[in-house]
Amino acid sequence: MALNRIAESFAAAVADIPDGASIMIGGFGGAGGQPTRLMLALRNHGAKNLTIIGNVAGISMTTGYGWPEGPDAPAPVDQGIFFASGQATRIICSFPVPGTTNPLSEIEKAWREGRAKVDIVPQGTLIERIRSAGAGIPAFYTPTGVGTPVAEGKESREFGGRTYLLEHALHADYALVRAQRADTHGNLQYVGTSRAFGPAMATAAKVTIAEVDEIVEPGGIDPERVGTLGAYVNRIVRREPGDPYP
Amino acid sequence: MTDPARRLNRTEIARRVALDLPDGGIVNLGIGIPALCADLLPEGVELRYHAENGILGFTEMLTKSTGDPNIMEASGNFPKLVPGMAFFDSVESFNLVRGGHIDVTVLGGLQVSRAGDLANWLIPKRGIGSIGGGMDLAANAKRVIVAMEHTTRDNQPKIVNRCSFPLTAPACVDEIVTDVAVIKVTADGLVLMETAPGWSPEDVQAITEPELIVSDTVSVIRQA
Repeated sequence: MALNRIAESFAAAVADIPDGASIMIGGFGGAGGQPTRLMLALRNHGAKNLTIIGNVAGISMTTGYGWPEGPDAPAPVDQGIFFASGQATRIICSFPVPGTTNPLSEIEKAWREGRAKVDIVPQGTLIERIRSAGAGIPAFYTPTGVGTPVAEGKESREFGGRTYLLEHALHADYALVRAQRADTHGNLQYVGTSRAFGPAMATAAKVTIAEVDEIVEPGGIDPERVGTLGAYVNRIVRREPGDPYP
Repeated sequence: MTDPARRLNRTEIARRVALDLPDGGIVNLGIGIPALCADLLPEGVELRYHAENGILGFTEMLTKSTGDPNIMEASGNFPKLVPGMAFFDSVESFNLVRGGHIDVTVLGGLQVSRAGDLANWLIPKRGIGSIGGGMDLAANAKRVIVAMEHTTRDNQPKIVNRCSFPLTAPACVDEIVTDVAVIKVTADGLVLMETAPGWSPEDVQAITEPELIVSDTVSVIRQA
């Protein structure tokens, strides 16, 4: 029983998220790897003053980025829902806005109206900050961002004649991740490119919640194919069969 | 008999870039014109395309209605599952990038300077932009090719003495392929290698801010 990680519903899985929490959202951006049902549950839950940590954060609803098309395809959902609802006041991500401003994305709208702070982080630095948080590394040096606005206010140091920036670990209160299969102990198996930020985020948050298509008994995932250790996963929720979201 | 002067279209720019992608190498293509290169490799060239979201070895794209959203590349398209393909998470993906394992990256550009500085993520007037994997790629790929239109919509040079837009990375660009020219970035300055049909080196210079060094072998832009 102590190892059972099953939560009874998406609503129950996010019910304890308080106002002011920091929330990592797995995947890359686009439908694959996005914990869409957990996101919608958090939107319905209503927690406010949230900091969202994502990657390609809010471009699918206006551009269709990474979402299937066709008569049966669902309307895209992205991290912009938390800005449309007024729940999020800050986002930390690498790609907050699409090239086009017509129509304006929810994140850009919130930023223009002064409702949201947007921290834009180079993607490799973002994932390494998250990885570091989960790995017990407080800070690291990277060559990325030297000579750009990203370097402003940061320590730099030369190694072997090249300049590097000091970047710090990025933790969160919660991580919402999407995998295809979980066992009841929380081990996760991913498919295709749905991994992206999920595995590192699962290690960097105090509470990790996984949205999956299928929950199997221990042994139902080949131990060679465990993509995220159950050790990092606090709650798993299974989708209804036939859910239209990828 | 000279050709009437014309600018290359986006596919033709990509067709020129494709000539410079290394047989057997690892290549990352940015959003926009760069992404068009994927389908345009010369006969016999085999390489691995990398995308930031954690895929290596993709080739052709399926449509958004027939493809699998769990097999995506970083421009948001759905490649076909092909033998030899590999999936991995973002930590591994940026080990490849930051670790210097990407042979060539092809990126879009807002401005490129004489020194090869690249600005491609923020238009100051808009005030908000997206970095994505661009800074990691520009700073760490072995070779950086910028594929872009030669001038802005109001015909201002995008190849400039100093970038006025915030940088993506300083002194990172090796080659610029535009709709009117192929230009190499060298320690001596920008060398004009090829021009669009009907364009003289003087025509290209007229819409380029830094002084161009005209190669002895300057030719019409080649096509894969």
